[in-house]
This record gives sequence, structure tokens and C-alpha cells, in this order.
Amino acid sequence: MTYTFNETQMAELNRLVAHYPEGKQKSALLPALHLAQESFDGWLPTELMDYVASLLHIEPIEVYEVASFYSMFNLKPVGKFIFEVCQTGPCMISGSDDIIAYIQQQLTIKPGETTKDGVFTLKLVECLGACGYAPMMQVGKVFREHLTKEKVDSIIAEYRATVTK
Amino acid sequence: MSEQILFKVTIDNITIEVPAGTTVLQAARLIGGQVAPPAMCFYSKLEGSGGKCRTCLVEVSKGSEKDPRPMPKLVVSCRTTVMDGMEVKNITSEKVLDARAGVVEFLLLNHPLDCPICDQAGECHLQDLSFDHGKAETRYEFQRRTFKKHDLGKNIQLHMTRCILCYRCVYTADQLTNKRVHGILDRGDHAEIATHIEKSLDNEFIGNVIDVCPVGALTDKTFRFKNRVWFLKPMDAHRDCPTCSGRVTLWNRGDEVYRVTARKDQWGEIEDTPEGQPGWICNTCRFDKKEAADWIIEGPREISRQSVIAQGHYAGQIGTTKPTEIFAAVNDGRTPHLLMDIHDESEVNLPNVHLGKIQGPSNGDTFNTNNTHKA
Amino acid sequence: MGVKLLIDKANVPGIRTYEVYRREGGYRSVEKALKEMNPESIVEEVKKSGLRGRGGAGFPTGMKWSFIAKPEGVPRHLVCNADESEPGTFKDRYLMEFLPHLLLEGLIVSSFALGANDTYIYIRGEYAWITDILEEAINEAKANGWLGKNILGTGFECNIYVHRGAGAYICGEETALIESLEGKRGNPRIKPPFPAIKGVWQRPTVVNNVETLAAIVPIINMGGEEYAKIGIGRSTGTKLISACGNINKPGVYEIDMTISVEEFIYSDEYCGGIKGGKQLKACIPGGSSVPILPANLLLKTATGETRYMNYESLSDGGFATGSMLGSGGFIVLDEDQCIVKNTLTLARFYRHESCGQCSPCREGTGWMEKILHKIEHGHGTLADIDLLWDIQRKIEGNTICPLGDAAAWPVAAAIRHFRDEFEWHINNPDLSQTSNFGLQHYADPIHVPA
Repeated sequence: MTYTFNETQMAELNRLVAHYPEGKQKSALLPALHLAQESFDGWLPTELMDYVASLLHIEPIEVYEVASFYSMFNLKPVGKFIFEVCQTGPCMISGSDDIIAYIQQQLTIKPGETTKDGVFTLKLVECLGACGYAPMMQVGKVFREHLTKEKVDSIIAEYRATVTK
Repeated sequence: MSEQILFKVTIDNITIEVPAGTTVLQAARLIGGQVAPPAMCFYSKLEGSGGKCRTCLVEVSKGSEKDPRPMPKLVVSCRTTVMDGMEVKNITSEKVLDARAGVVEFLLLNHPLDCPICDQAGECHLQDLSFDHGKAETRYEFQRRTFKKHDLGKNIQLHMTRCILCYRCVYTADQLTNKRVHGILDRGDHAEIATHIEKSLDNEFIGNVIDVCPVGALTDKTFRFKNRVWFLKPMDAHRDCPTCSGRVTLWNRGDEVYRVTARKDQWGEIEDTPEGQPGWICNTCRFDKKEAADWIIEGPREISRQSVIAQGHYAGQIGTTKPTEIFAAVNDGRTPHLLMDIHDESEVNLPNVHLGKIQGPSNGDTFNTNNTHKA
Repeated sequence: MGVKLLIDKANVPGIRTYEVYRREGGYRSVEKALKEMNPESIVEEVKKSGLRGRGGAGFPTGMKWSFIAKPEGVPRHLVCNADESEPGTFKDRYLMEFLPHLLLEGLIVSSFALGANDTYIYIRGEYAWITDILEEAINEAKANGWLGKNILGTGFECNIYVHRGAGAYICGEETALIESLEGKRGNPRIKPPFPAIKGVWQRPTVVNNVETLAAIVPIINMGGEEYAKIGIGRSTGTKLISACGNINKPGVYEIDMTISVEEFIYSDEYCGGIKGGKQLKACIPGGSSVPILPANLLLKTATGETRYMNYESLSDGGFATGSMLGSGGFIVLDEDQCIVKNTLTLARFYRHESCGQCSPCREGTGWMEKILHKIEHGHGTLADIDLLWDIQRKIEGNTICPLGDAAAWPVAAAIRHFRDEFEWHINNPDLSQTSNFGLQHYADPIHVPA
């Protein structure tokens, strides 16, 4: 499959590249990969990374090296919504283990897996900087905080509703 | 003409003068011997290399004449430049030896220690390092990290499990070729050298990654499993090569050329050509010229440092240990309990047949003639 | 109520917008700095203020600024470190989310002081919605003439760009951050050269934490000397503390550094005591990397003195009996928490975040996690405790960047102060799976020799 940015996406890329000095367009790699990941299927297939490399005039390997380094870039297909649940110290002492177990039970998937319908992926992550609002998880751009079992239920229902519509 | 500024530096109580800008490691190598710290990732011919493996850590007990304060932490000698009046402790520092033993343990933690089947054995820097600074046992009891073997084209094999992530091959590809296709993927303890998608490395100079690799992670497929390096005779030779300097070391057995490498100095680095350029060699010289007739032989090459190639290198240093009866030791003092006498069970090894007493190699006939029971 | 210099206006409705922020006295420091001061005098004020880096290391900011090289014809850069990733720390997030213009104001003044025209905010990738807030604020500031060319007619040009990271704790280390800003893997650089000489794109660069740069605003407004009068000793000014864990009121608090740890935990103005009326067992006072302290060493020093919320007092006793103020990530553990498990999750965090460049950190962090996992799950031996100690000792100080130390210290402190609990886990493998070691003697008063 080949990937091409549409006009809006291309304009956004150009805006990002313009943040850096001339000839330093590689600096836009992280923002560009975010853009690419958000613009297509939520993950970065090789062809998409190659496309980003060509846009920034760098070698594909430079993109692979970077994409595989940062935990926010998905190199494998993911569900429509990714539940990224924090499991580090402060969240753990505030009960994240129970929340993780509960989500697993509700979605019948293990960490790293995607539901059969392709809607949810469960991912265990390390500290997201919301320790005072623990336990918490990130879904897309937003943080869902002070999680309880009831809250998890309603969050699952909320996202499921957006798909079935 | 401006005069070169010289700095006095004292390493392990030996003082020398070196030009400003020299690193502690280079200065120590000028003194030589044990004073030179081991280096697994630094490679003077590769810009930006060094600082990663932490084996060359030294203690700076005096910063300089001007600022005599000691440095608070151990520093990497490969990336620390000397100051005038600096005093450095390498093997005279307990702290350094302790930290280095730690680094060796870390480097070996996930290393497969498959030296008996590894082509690098005998010229492996990790082997040298372990002999010099390592311990006989590991304290690591968990499963070691492994990777699948990987072909990087028809001539280079990547055995990632053995890799210590020195980054040398990445710098080599960056600095010797115009298009790097391999790199470091992932991070932390699962970082690996890879191409991401199956690709071969086929730049004309990419073969040099084999020479810079300190371990058996990148090996020459035209030589793999063909012979042991210590059975081969290294000979300096050259040919008129349109691509590179053509100055190589041939690894011969009789007249047969088994392997071609660049010429390496006593630190295992590529030697400079007489013109002062690093003597990288091209793939054609390395992989394709395997006939003695391809080369003009200059004479035998002396290998001064490598472990097994330079025979007897370690005998004086670590001594030899006489084999002793170890059953009692490993069994906490208990003598082995005989579960069964094989002679009671086996139809083949009857009590009157003692394998050790059979002349020559034993085969089916031996048993047929001696095995009265069966006959 | 203590003095509040940074977040006193955080609750003013609409303070996130330029209009309200300006009406509340915002951007005055830019006017003062650009019109009445020059770069040298600003650096001088910052030196006088005694401001220390709020990211964790506590290095004097004025001194850091004075190190920046000024080669002819080479642009210099200021980079704001908003890669807040230290477990327990969420103060910068609060500041940027509610007071984005305060950060921009501090950035403009600081850029002017450093002679930097293009300034970057490196924000952690997960703070995606804050990226939007900041970009919105930048647009507003630009529209009102506080950014761009010829600010206030002084000829000074300043542009601020937000650069989003993508999930890597290591990018909080300044040279890793610079690498990441250049579009590379977040591998820390080997120093020297320091960023002040060769930073981003090999140009002289200063990297400062969000809170540090925000604090420049009150320093310019009130003057360095006045700022230095707040607080005590070398802990001048105010500090944001993000409090979390088993307390009644987790959140971000601005303190002047004269209050005691006890007051901070138990007073209703701050944490409001331990949740559910339970007892305090331990606390990590400055972000997960700093040594954990048992209750008795947290509230009082080993010599029986009251411990205060400042750089000096928290580190009183060194690592043997003290800790660090660090980033101000204040993690409180109640009597039901298991120290072994807590240490395991932190060890897992550091293993996950190690960049893998240097061997002690790459191999050592994973090894520590595996041993802690073994102990936590009832398979440990007493020798494992000594082995853990030896591993952390061999990582500490021997790595390229401070992540090695950050991974070693929590393990070291846990063993140092809670060895009993580790031993209990090992000696009671079945019990440790179902019950908890509890508070034991960790809150008992320490006998102080007369």
C-alpha cells in the first residue's frame, strides 16, 4: 500500500518543518511521525515510514531507528482505541493493578492484545505524569483519570457507542 | 610555524607528554601494556565512537595543574581529553578495577558464551576482556536474551545474540558508505542492530563492519565455519586494487587463502596506509580474491594482542589450573550416589567388555566378536 | 498561607486566555526586561535570586546561563524542558495547562537574556492536549505583539515552537532531549562538549525546566534580591510540589521552602493527611529517582531535627539517612503498601526507559527488575538482596547519563531502609503473596544519641 498526505496534512507537515532551521528538516521527524500515525490507521507500517523518510529527505533506516525508540509509535496494527493504562509506582499504590485486571476481564483481552472486533487495544505503559489523578489511562489524546470500575465501564460504553453509530 | 602545545599526563605513575587534545586512552596506549584501558566501543578511525561500553573507565585523581581537584566520578578515557598535569589511575585504582569487573559482567550477562562454535573465537575482544577482567562464574540465573540469525546479504552474517551494541558498525556504514541501511532499532535491553526489513548490505565498503565488530556478531560468510583462526597463518599481502588500498592480511593454510581482512594494529584497529589514510578494504578484496595468485605476499604478520592467536598469551597471566576431582565440591561434600550399574542393565556393555581396553576404534564388529552372550 | 508566585492566579476564570492573563498583570516582566534591562542585568538578577533548576538537579540557573558560549555569527537556543516524566511529578503539566502564558512570558524574557531568537518547548508526547493549549497561547501572544519580530519596538525577535516528544523518559535528560529535538533517538550525548557550547544543531543551547522558566517572571517583576528573601538558605523562592499516593488531597502545591514535611503531609492546606486515617509508612519526596525514606526518617532527620521541604533539609544525612528535593514529585505510601512491590514497579520503569546505549544501565536495570520480580513472587533468596545491592552499586556513577543513578538509588534506598521487609518476603514466600509486612517499626521514633 502506498500512502499520500492530503492537502491539509501536507500543510500541517510544512508548518512543522518550518519550525526548524533550513536543512534541519530531520528535526521534524517526531512531529511528522505523529501526524502520519494519526492520519492513517493509528500505526506505522513500513511503507508509511518510508513515505515520511522521503518527505523529510532522510534515509528510511533513520525513520525506523526513531520510530522503534519511542513508545508512542505503534509498529504493529492496533485497535481503534488504545487503552494505555499506567502501571508505575504512584498508580500502582493507588490501585492500578485492579483496574488493569478489570479491563482485561471486561474486554477479554490481555495486555498487548486487541479485541476481535478491532475496537480496543490494551497496553500497559509507564508513568504518564498524572500521578495525582491515579489510577489513570490515556485514550488517544486525552487522559482518563481517577479510574474506578464503574468509570471503566462507562468509558468502554462511551467508545463502543462511537463505533456502532 | 606554531609550536605544538604539549601536556604532561601521569597514568598509573608513568608520566608522558602528549599533544593537547589527546584523549586519556590514546595517551595510555602510547605508554602501552596494561596501562592502556580496554576499549570495546571506541574506535579511533570512527568519528563519534566511544563512551558507550564503559570498559575504559578510569579515575582522574588530579584534574590538572591549574585545577587539581579530582573528578568526582570515574570517566571514560576514550572521550576525556588530557589536561596539563592531569593524574590518572587505571590499574592502580581499586575503584576502576571494581567498576570494570562490573562492566564485564554486564556485557556478558546476555552474551551466549558460545565461543566453541563462534567464528570470532581466538580474536574476540570480549574474550580478551573476560580473560583479563572477568570472573569464572556468572551470577545471572535468568534466561538470556536471544535473537534470530540474520543474513545481511550474501557475504555478511548478523548474529545479534552476540552483539554488545558498540555502535561501531553503524558509524562505519555512516562514514564509509553513502547510504546506511542498518541501524539500531528498539531501545533498552531489547535494542538490536537490524535493517527493519530484509535488506542486504551491499555497499562496496560495507564489509569493513566485520573488521570493526569486537565480537562475533558480524562475521564473514565466505569464511564461516571454514577454519579456526588460530590454525591459520596471517600474511601481509597486497594487490593493485582500483577501489581501495589493496593492503590486506591473508589468513592462509598452506597455500590456500581462507580469509582476507584489513590489517589491524595491536589494538585491533585498522592500520593506516603509508599515505596516512585508514586502510579500509573493499568487498572485492575481502570476499572475492581468495586465490594466492591474486596477491603479492609481503611476509608473515605478527599478531601481538589477540588471545588465542598469539599462543600462550594468557599462560603467564592467569596461570594454569590443574584439573581436580570436583564431584565432592559440587555435591556439597557428598560422594556420588550410584543409581545403577550400567553393566546390570545393558546387553551391549557386558561386564567382560571394557570399552577402554578395546584396541583402536570400536565398531559393531568389536561387539559381535566379543559379545558371547549374543552369539 | 505561604507566598504564591507562580500558581496563585491558576484559578482565575479564563486565565488560560491572553486577555485575562494580561488583565491580571501578565507580560509585565517582558516590558520591564526588554525596555529597562539588558541581557547581562537579567542574568545578574537571576543569579541574585538564587534560583535553582526545578527539574531535579537543582543547579543554579543564573550560573548555567552564564556558561552559554557566544561565538560570533552562531545562533543560540533556549529549550524548555517540558518532558515531565519522572514518576510522581506532574507540576509542569499543571502549570502549562492552566497558565500557558506564564511559561511563554518566562520564555520570552529568558530568550532575551540568552540572546536566543528561536526557542523550543520540548513537551512529552503524551501531553498532546497541552501541546494544543500552548500553540493556541503562542498564536495569541504573537497576535498581540509579544512574539515575532521587533517585540515592543526593541528590535528583539523571538519565536517559540512546541516540539512534541513521543514517549521516552530519557528525553528529560538534556542531551537526550537535544538529540530528540534533532529528530534522532533519545540517546544522551557523551559530555563534554556540554550543551552550553554545542547543543542543538551544534549551537550553544540552554535547557531549562518549565517551572524554572516560569519563575523568571516573578524574579524580574520583584527583583532577584526580593525573590531570594523568600525561602531559606540556598532554597530560595517557591517550589511546586506535586503530591500523590495515599493522601487525602493529591495535587500540585506551591510552597515556600520553610514548611516542615510534617506540615506538608498533615495540614489541610496541603496533602490533608493520610487517606483513610491510615499511618504513614514511607515517602519518596522528590520523584521516583530519589531515595525512599521510612516515616521516622522523613519527618525528622537522623539527629532528631525537624525535616523541612527544601533542598538542604531533605538531603540532610546524605543518602544514608536523607533523600533529595529532586523534581518535587512527592509520593506518599501508607502502612498497607509493599516496599518490595513498589521498588519492583520502579525498577521495571527504569528498565523500560533505559535507552540501551551504555552497558551498565542497559543490562543492569533489567537484571535488577528480574531479581525484584523473583523476590516479590516468593522465589527470592537472602543472597539476592546482596546481589541487588552489588548490581546497583556497579551501575551508579558508571553510566553516560544520570538514568543509571536514577535506577540505582531507589533500589539502594529500599534495601538500606527496608531490608527487613525484603527478608520477610524471602523467609515467608507463601505469606508474602497473600498478606503484607505492614508498618512494623518504620514510624518508630529514632533514638538520637545525646
